[in-house]
Order: sequence, then structure tokens, then C-alpha cells
Amino acid sequence: MDFLRPASWEEALAAKAEHPTAVPIAGGTDVMVEINFDHRRPAYLLDLNRVAELHAYEVGEENVRLGASVPYTRIIEDLRTELPGLALAGHTVGSPQIRNRGSVGGNLGAASPAGDSHPALLAAGTEIEVASVRGTRFIPVEEFYTGVKRNALEPDELIKTVHIKKASGPQQFSKVGTRNAMVIAVCAFGIALHPETRTVRTGIGSAAPTPLRATAAEEFLDAALAEGGFWESGKTITPSIARQFAELVSGACNPIDDVRGSARYRRHAVGIMARRTLGWTWDEYRSGGRGARSTEGGAQCA
Amino acid sequence: MRVNFRVNGRPHEADDVWEGESLLYVLRERMGLPGSKNACEQGECGSCTVRLDGVPVCACLVAAGQCEGREVVTVEGLADYARDRAAGCAAGACGGTNPDAAQRWRADPGKAAQGAADSPAGEHAGLSTIQQAFIDAGAVQCGFCTPGLLVAADELIERVPQPSDADIREALSGNLCRCTGYEKILDAVRLAAAREESQTAGTGA
Repeated sequence: MDFLRPASWEEALAAKAEHPTAVPIAGGTDVMVEINFDHRRPAYLLDLNRVAELHAYEVGEENVRLGASVPYTRIIEDLRTELPGLALAGHTVGSPQIRNRGSVGGNLGAASPAGDSHPALLAAGTEIEVASVRGTRFIPVEEFYTGVKRNALEPDELIKTVHIKKASGPQQFSKVGTRNAMVIAVCAFGIALHPETRTVRTGIGSAAPTPLRATAAEEFLDAALAEGGFWESGKTITPSIARQFAELVSGACNPIDDVRGSARYRRHAVGIMARRTLGWTWDEYRSGGRGARSTEGGAQCA
Repeated sequence: MRVNFRVNGRPHEADDVWEGESLLYVLRERMGLPGSKNACEQGECGSCTVRLDGVPVCACLVAAGQCEGREVVTVEGLADYARDRAAGCAAGACGGTNPDAAQRWRADPGKAAQGAADSPAGEHAGLSTIQQAFIDAGAVQCGFCTPGLLVAADELIERVPQPSDADIREALSGNLCRCTGYEKILDAVRLAAAREESQTAGTGA
């Protein structure tokens, strides 16, 4: 095994071009587990810790440009106003020790359907900036996940920046697990209201081969809210609309039975989380953003 | 490969490090500092918690090569680290921890009771507030999880001098103990925070 230690982004891209099988390592919270358990013996480890721009973020007019290696702790502490859904999701990642090292770039690189940041990225609206010595491209997050633990990266590409839309409305994240800390999601759900476009976006985690949006549920809800004038009046969403939204979200799932839960349970639980998080975000929208539910103190029990 | 880094305030050079080796392995097997415990090797248990440039991390998930040029504090250096912090020194600026002394260290209630004041600078500095509190609160049973808990709890009190119970639970949520049921551990952290507070109050700081 060789340990490659590029000091700059350009050096990192050159190293990845020269050694396309090199495994990028940032926080190590996934990669080191695989090495410790002998599940993986890459010929090259590509350490990204010295590439400063990957650890930086910038808050722009419309987007947050999040460096791929920015640890969850920074997102939770510094970006919860701009990225409330991602901050909530990040707060459910592992433990303080893991959140001090783990990053959204790592979640995207691993592309596990159970990665906690995916539902929040899908709901907020996100583009992934990836690069190689050949150039840079932007991939909408929906197209980034291509299969179980597979993503759209070419062998010579690295994830540089995650461009996430700043929240213009309430966002929520909910996750089912056996305890609050150190738990891989049985299933998870993210939701973001976008009042400026009068749309609602969703993200489902750990209930299909890839993280995905429940597009039929989004379209139904957008139409129902427009038709009823809900965005203008701010009145409570009727139970029948909420129920149908939840059913359509359930229907978008394509889960499996495994040790963490059955497919039937996952489909049911995702529907419950969809209905509840819709209620929470809508309450917050109605109260003019002064919602009782904040990102303080971590995710709510759904 | 060779890795140069600082451990408990002193420079260290590790040779013949395998590229896939963890920081934890280097500390335990190459440096003779077995205080950080090796249990799950997947970041679940927190027994290997150390400070990397001040940040609590699982040493089993840090590749040794990633520590080049960086500062690591282990439980062996915790008492000196806490003493330096109280004296306002940067980590290691007041001498750090002698690795040979750390290896010779034995639990000795008599010596611990004399406190840090009797220890020569740069040598064993007695116990830190959090370590003494763990003893006094009965927060140690088999002791396997204790080093990781001490490092995590010490960092909490450094960051949040008067932590709420929710702060404590959150800060220690990545450290598993299979003996105590955690109640005595929570007591110990509350006790350490209270003692630190009364000490700073005493000095007028």
C-alpha cells in the first residue's frame, strides 16, 4: 500500500489521475473501518487532509459552497441557519468523535443508501462539483447516486464542493434507529419547504437502493397546496392531504428486508415520518419561521 | 513509511509504519502507550478517544499517516495537558509528558493524593480533576472504557465549563461502558465541573 499526501487540490487531482484506484480518505470514518476489518486493501490511500479548500465553506447569495471534507460538527455549529435540514441530519451522525471527522463528501463518496446527509441534500436542492485533471462538472444530487454504494464519479474524479441551496423555508429531518447516537438509519426522511417557488422537496434514505426524492408525492402536494391557497392563507394542511402525501412517499420506497428492519416496516415508517415532518415544517411556516422546532438539541423524535 | 508528530507535547518519530495502520496501533504497539484502548476498531465504542489538534477523535479511525505534523494528546498525557491548560500554556509548552514516565506510571492513591504540586515539571503530574473525580464518584469498574471517557469528558469541561446533563450525555454518547450504567460517570463529570469551577473562582480568574 502507498500513502499519497497531496498538499494542494491540483496535486490531489494529479495523484488521482495517475492512480485511479486510489481510495480518497478524509475523516476516515468509513475507509478506516474497512481497512481495520480487512475488507479493503487499496493499493493507494489518497489523504485529503492537507487540501485546505476541502475544509472550507462559503455562504453565497443562493447557495452554501461546502467543501467536501468540512466535518459535520462545523455544519451543525456554523451553518444551521442556512442549512437547517443538513444540520439536523448531521446531528444524528454517529457520535461527537465521528462528527468531528466525518463529512458530506465522505457520505457522497461512499454513496450508502443509509448515509444521513442524503435526504437533507435531496430536499434542499444540491449540486455536486466534481473534478479531475480533465476538468470540472456539476452533477445534480439526484443523478449522483447510481446504485447501492455506487455514484456517478469517474475513476479519476474527486468530489470538491457540495453546492447546497440556502434554506428559504422550514426544513426537517427524521430518522428511525434503535438509539439516538451511533446508529445507522433503519430509514430516514428529509423535507424542505421552498415558499419562494411554492414547492416542497423530499428525500428518502435507507428505503431504496439509492437515496431518492418522492417526486409523485411532491407533485401531489405542490398541486394540492396551490389549489387550496395554502401558501397564501397559511391555514393548516388538511388531514386528507397529509395522509395522501404520506401514502405517496411510502409508495416511492423500494426497500429490502434486512437485520435492521423489514421492507414493510420501512415503507410504513417513512410514511409516518413524511406526515409528521410535513406537519412540523408547515407549523413553522405558518408561524412565520418562528417555529417551536429548531435545530437546537438535535433531531426530534418523529 | 515514517510519521513525525507530537504526542503529549513531545515530538515523536514513528518508523516502519504500514500505510493502512491506524493512529491507535502506532500509539499502543509502537510507542508503548496502551492507555487508549482497542476494542471495536470501527468508531462505535469510543475507548480509543484521543485529541487530534485538540479535537476528540477515535484513534482507530485516523490513519497514522494523517497525523504527520499534528498534535495528539492521549490519556497518558491528560493530567499534564490539564495542568498546562490551567497554567495557560499551549499544549506541550510546559514540558509535556515524558513517555518513559508514562509507561512506568502505576496507580498509587498516596501519590495521587499529594497532587500535582509535588511532581517535578515534565514528569508525572498526578491526576487531573476529571481523573480524580472518576475515582471519587466510583465511576470506574472494569476500567476499559475509562480512558476514552476521561479524554471526552475533559474536552467537554474545557469547552463547556458548566455542562448541563444534556451536554454531558451528548458529549459522552460515543463512549460505551458495559459495567456502570453510566450514572456514576455522569456524577463524576458533574463533580469535576464543580471542582474546576470552585478552583477558578478561588484564583479570581
